[in-house]
Amino acid sequence: MTEIIIPTIDWRVATQLSIIFGWASVLLVIALFVPRSRTRIVGYLAIAGAIVAAAAGIPLWGVNAETFSSMLRLDAYSLTLNWLFLAAAAITIVLSLDYLPRQGIERSEYYVLVLFATGGMMLLAQGADLIILFLGLELLSIVLYVLTGFAYPRNASEEAGMKYLLIGAFAGGFVVFGIALLYGATGSMNLRIIGETLAQQVLTLEERTYLLAGAALVVVGFGYKVAMAPFHMWAPDVYEGAPTPIAGLLSVGSKAAGFAALLRFLVEALAGEWQIWAPVLAALAIATLAVGNIGALTQHNVKRMLAYSSIGHAGYILFGVIAAGAPGGIAGQRGVEGVLLYLIAYTFTNLGAFGVLIALEHRGEAAWDMGDLAGLWNRRPWLAVAMAVCMLSLAGVPPTAGFWGKFYVFTAAWLAGMGWITVIGVVIASIAAFYYLRIIAQMFMAEPVREAPLPIDRALRVGLALATLGVLILGFIPTPAIDLVQRVGLGS
Amino acid sequence: MNSVPLLSIMIWLPALGALAVLALPRENVAAQRSVSLGAALLALASAIGVAFLFDPARAGFQLVESIAWVPSWGISYTVSVDGVSLWLVLLTAFLTPVALVASWGTVERQERAFYALVLFLASGLFGVFTAQDMLLFYVSFEFTLIPTALLIGIWGGVERRYAAIKFFAYTFSGSVFLLLGIIGLYLLHGQATGVYTFDIATILASLQLGTLRLDIGTERLIFGLFFIGFAVKAPIWPFHTWMTTAHAEAPSSGVVDIIGLLVKIGAYGLIRYNVQLFPATAAWAAPAIGVLAVIGILYAAWIAYQQTDMKRLLAYASVSHLGLIVLGIFALNAQGIAGAVAHMVNSALTTGALFLVAGMLVARRGSRELKAFGGLWKATPWLGSLTLLLALGSIGLPGLNGFVSEFAVLQGSWRSPGLGWRYALPAVLGVALAAVYLLHMYRTTFMGDTPPELAQAPDVRPRELALLVVLAAPVVVFGLYPNLLFGPMQQSVTQIAQGMLPFLTSR
Repeated sequence: MTEIIIPTIDWRVATQLSIIFGWASVLLVIALFVPRSRTRIVGYLAIAGAIVAAAAGIPLWGVNAETFSSMLRLDAYSLTLNWLFLAAAAITIVLSLDYLPRQGIERSEYYVLVLFATGGMMLLAQGADLIILFLGLELLSIVLYVLTGFAYPRNASEEAGMKYLLIGAFAGGFVVFGIALLYGATGSMNLRIIGETLAQQVLTLEERTYLLAGAALVVVGFGYKVAMAPFHMWAPDVYEGAPTPIAGLLSVGSKAAGFAALLRFLVEALAGEWQIWAPVLAALAIATLAVGNIGALTQHNVKRMLAYSSIGHAGYILFGVIAAGAPGGIAGQRGVEGVLLYLIAYTFTNLGAFGVLIALEHRGEAAWDMGDLAGLWNRRPWLAVAMAVCMLSLAGVPPTAGFWGKFYVFTAAWLAGMGWITVIGVVIASIAAFYYLRIIAQMFMAEPVREAPLPIDRALRVGLALATLGVLILGFIPTPAIDLVQRVGLGS
Repeated sequence: MNSVPLLSIMIWLPALGALAVLALPRENVAAQRSVSLGAALLALASAIGVAFLFDPARAGFQLVESIAWVPSWGISYTVSVDGVSLWLVLLTAFLTPVALVASWGTVERQERAFYALVLFLASGLFGVFTAQDMLLFYVSFEFTLIPTALLIGIWGGVERRYAAIKFFAYTFSGSVFLLLGIIGLYLLHGQATGVYTFDIATILASLQLGTLRLDIGTERLIFGLFFIGFAVKAPIWPFHTWMTTAHAEAPSSGVVDIIGLLVKIGAYGLIRYNVQLFPATAAWAAPAIGVLAVIGILYAAWIAYQQTDMKRLLAYASVSHLGLIVLGIFALNAQGIAGAVAHMVNSALTTGALFLVAGMLVARRGSRELKAFGGLWKATPWLGSLTLLLALGSIGLPGLNGFVSEFAVLQGSWRSPGLGWRYALPAVLGVALAAVYLLHMYRTTFMGDTPPELAQAPDVRPRELALLVVLAAPVVVFGLYPNLLFGPMQQSVTQIAQGMLPFLTSR
């Protein structure tokens, strides 16, 4: 009888994950003993958990290790993304603290679910094996289905949850089938091993066809997650129906996690096939830009507009992903950095924008029409300024964070020899500026049509201030963020 | 390296002043006015200090102040002035307090935000004219958009939202191409020399020494990307429509026109980037751009004559002047470029002053229609005579400022091998048309019969008198002593023109 050997586990790799999952489970129990009227406490505890997990990551900087049979990886790339996810989760919870009671949907499970979703995102960033990526994807998705339907008194929320579930299950199927084909072609589900097999060029034509077909299916699956065209259809409906903070989390956290996994998959496993996937992804990026931005142009509902805009931003991030896989030298490195910087900038900006929408929402009444923003400058000047900063950042106007993100991915794509997509990218950026500007014009240049909105809760004010100041500070002093992402290479 | 970072003080003072103004209580307008004006005057003092420290005998960038911004990318906060930018810096510094004083009493609501935005705008403009780093330039260039769009959109006329969005959309669309051009040049320079930097002086040196060689197609592409950005911003015909809408809908006092729209960032960019960095392509493109410029001069002058609205008339006048400036730049010789820079200063002064006059007239009559006016000379003789002086300066009467710069531009374009008399002659016609439309405007407002509503119109008030005298002083001084204007820029302009020489003679 062979002895069962339990391989040593490098707990450093799983520290942050353990904290988040462990604390979320403990919180579920604690929540039972918290009276309904003080549910907010669970929210504070969840934020504390996120902060502790983020702090636990600080000594891990520089660690480059794998564990659980090389299924889970910790490197500077995943650590940076983990911090981003934790920040997004914390801001989302802060924004929810006031929103939930106002909408009459406050339940302690909400905060716990946000933590579980964060754990799912972290799995996607740390997964070095297709199984882990699938696990992360499903964990994240299932939690988000529940959260999307959390505003159950509203039919739209329930409908959105259902829609997201159906589409998400469909996308999950693609990923599983793709993984099966990849395994069949290479005999492994480890990203690095797949990459090495490919590099040795030992695959037969048949195997290579399976590999590419499998890869295409996996990309489709993640394409749904990051809402890139033509897999974006669900996004506007789901964003509109979901509770607004969750729409924010969907647009930044879930998208960032999808890109984190997509990038690692394409660069570690499929770098050898860059010549094939780069043009395909470039075409998809252009389609995504066109669909997202032209769709946003026609919207009168600000929440839907932000949904389309978030589709459009997926296109720009894809520029970075494409560059990240480029063989040889600086382009690949710049691509990874560009994706990370773009995600950081976009996270703060979009959470700020959704925060403003939250501040405008009254109970049981949607305030998402363009007209509801009219004259906001006269009613609540700071709210208008925060929204304007976020809109300018989304449009990529300096000196805001969004500008550096765009600058970075454009430069990376040009370096990767994809100058032509940057030309299309800037043309679309100039079209996109129009609808962001329309919101600014609405807030500053139109007469108010509604009475002053409710006073803003302090927590919400803190969340908004954090996001907006983040956008401005990153815009004026991008150096620390750029230095951070520049120390990040895949697997370093 | 000077010990006191005078340029940075000048750039950041207005922005700090703006923050200080925003921190003041909303009701205390008097304090807001004095703080904003104080910041603007201190910036003016710093600009004058810069002018004294500037050595006119040297070409190239002076008073360089540099701090690394994003070192890993070769992006730095590097500011400096040369002969071309010095005058535009001085112009901005001069017009900021003028605009602030002109806005007193004409801004009815939210004064605090208005003053803050004017100051932010001034900081952005200083940044544009002093940036020696391409990315810093781009950031400042874009930064000027936001305050200008808000100034038009919040305080402007009936169609203000349309005008503000149009202004922003046009300029932003142009400037994304500029960004692409900057990225392209940066990467090409980095790949060729191994030095990744956005510093203009370094890139210029590499281009001149031949360490960075662009093949002709690439050079034309990059030139084109820069050109689109600046042509829309300038604006060169046929991209000018945002400009006339913006002028027409800007607050009627003329404040935003003078600081937001008349300071010619686009034309400056054409000199600094298109001409200086890519002389060969500039020489290649000069005839075509010259055609656009000449069409702009004549077309805008003709449309100006057709206008019945005072501000629209001045808006088209400004587009016509811009055509002349672009013609001067693409004469690609020292006279032409010097004339163009001088004309940027002169036309901003005279057209800006006329916009303020228009604002004063509107305040007295409540209408911008030329037909509503007449015979104001009798009621307001002082206003009449000062306006006449400014109009004559704008027309180009010898002895006043417009003449010297127009003459230099026309002389330059006539002698330019790329342009020649075919371009100069129609431009002369455009200058003659300027006399037609401006005198037409003057005649209908100040001459003839006085409508009863205007019989009791008050003459210039002390504040208005001070504004117009301050603006009219350089009109006379530059006219009588043009060397004051041309002297400091001579070395820099000659250097640019010399860079052009090999490409002009080889034609």
